[in-house]
Amino acid sequence: MMETAGGAVIIGASAGALEALSVILPKLASDFPRPILVIVHVPPDKRSVLASIFDAKCRLRAVEAEDKEPIEAGVIYFAPPDYHLLIEDTKTIALSDEDQVLFSRPSIDVAFESAAEVWGKSLIGIILTGANHDGAQGLKAVAAAGGTVIVQDPDGAYAGAMPQAALAACPQALVLPVDIIASYLQGIAA
Amino acid sequence: MTETFEKVEDIEIRLLLDALYHRYHYDFRNYAMASIRRRLRQAREQLGFQTISALQESALHDPDLLPVLLRYLTVQVSEMFRDPSYFQAIRDKVIPHLRTYPSLKVWIAGCSSGEELYSFVILFREEGLEERTIFYATDINPEALAQAESGIYDLERVRLFTENHRRAGGKTSLSDYYHSGYNRCVFDKSLRRQVVFSDHSLVTDQVFGEMQFVSCRNVMIYFDRDLQDRAIGLFKDALPRNGFLGLGAKETLRFSAHADAFRDFVREEKIYQRAGT
Ligand SMILES: C[S@@+](CC[C@H](N)C(=O)[O-])C[C@H]1O[C@@H](n2cnc3c(N)ncnc32)[C@H](O)[C@@H]1O
Repeated sequence: MMETAGGAVIIGASAGALEALSVILPKLASDFPRPILVIVHVPPDKRSVLASIFDAKCRLRAVEAEDKEPIEAGVIYFAPPDYHLLIEDTKTIALSDEDQVLFSRPSIDVAFESAAEVWGKSLIGIILTGANHDGAQGLKAVAAAGGTVIVQDPDGAYAGAMPQAALAACPQALVLPVDIIASYLQGIAA
Repeated sequence: MTETFEKVEDIEIRLLLDALYHRYHYDFRNYAMASIRRRLRQAREQLGFQTISALQESALHDPDLLPVLLRYLTVQVSEMFRDPSYFQAIRDKVIPHLRTYPSLKVWIAGCSSGEELYSFVILFREEGLEERTIFYATDINPEALAQAESGIYDLERVRLFTENHRRAGGKTSLSDYYHSGYNRCVFDKSLRRQVVFSDHSLVTDQVFGEMQFVSCRNVMIYFDRDLQDRAIGLFKDALPRNGFLGLGAKETLRFSAHADAFRDFVREEKIYQRAGT
């Protein structure tokens, strides 16, 4: 098992997520040194196909997160539909079916806040396209814990509301188009 | 600075959970911390306390605060025929086995306000097994148990329940089982003929009999790994060889110390069967 001491990457996205993630995730090399947690709003009653889509497209392994699963570097974990994803101090996945937050389960805010608690300075939080306000508070928590905060440039985003809300809550965030986010992350592996 | 503060808060949380255990015998000490932390922060804020320690002091001295805190500490989210494919799989694959038994015991552990229980009773009635079955519906939250016993739900939820029932392969109409009025729907008393409701904690209590089916869904996600092992150990002891265990859609025995005592029965629905002796 690889070390996760190098921190983690957490990504939140909603409307337009598939396209944006398709620019970023397949770019990552097979020796990417951190775990990647991805929170996408998906309809509650559908089996999510995100993990299998990206498992086929990416050099990294992509899975749908299961409760109590140990988090490993070089694996992409998708939050399952209809559950919140939280992270324990032991760096394991903790699912929860608490009430929706901002009409969402999984909630980006809930996951980001929990990840900020665990990884602090070594967390990179990224908010991508989306048509709501989820993720703004979460990104703020990542910044408050000393982590790196990145927001997709709302101008090029499929839906600008979510990146805009994140920027309003977190004005110090780096604003980058998706392809630059991809190379930024890939730079970590090098 | 913030880092030191967070640690202080964790100490406070541990002390509060200790207090609840010693004072009221509710044991949340080995619950999954990430979500306990989140909900205790909500409790502190919404109940107007400056610190978790202040909340702890009140909790120790004011028993009336206990039910309020239980609302935060136990997550009460449920629906009838939740994940319809789970119930469809029980109908198609488990019921044929259960038919061969002259009498049956089914344990709904962590039944919350009763939605899961009524789903089972209705399913068993449709399959002609209700009469020979005793259902044990257990939970630690007395308010939730009382609601389960009353069988009363908001009328606006019935549309979802009905749709789930249909998708679970329902052979009857859900409206056969309730009457409605004043924005409420009341489920039929007859559905409770074979049910025993009981306060039972998977953390502090023991097994109370041999069961052919244990359904424990979305309860153990709130436990840490050791506590999950304890609960699964109870199910292991309650189930004879070939007895069934059903978990929530995203729960798994994969990380449990007792994984070898079970085998997949319907893999994608998290239905397991007790292996060995
Ligand atoms: C999210 S609800 C799940 C309800 C239902 N099983 C379902 O899946 O729809 C979790 C339930 O577990 C109960 N619970 C929490 N800790 C428990 C314990 N130690 N023993 C038994 N039940 C517990 C809570 O009170 C709550 O009713």
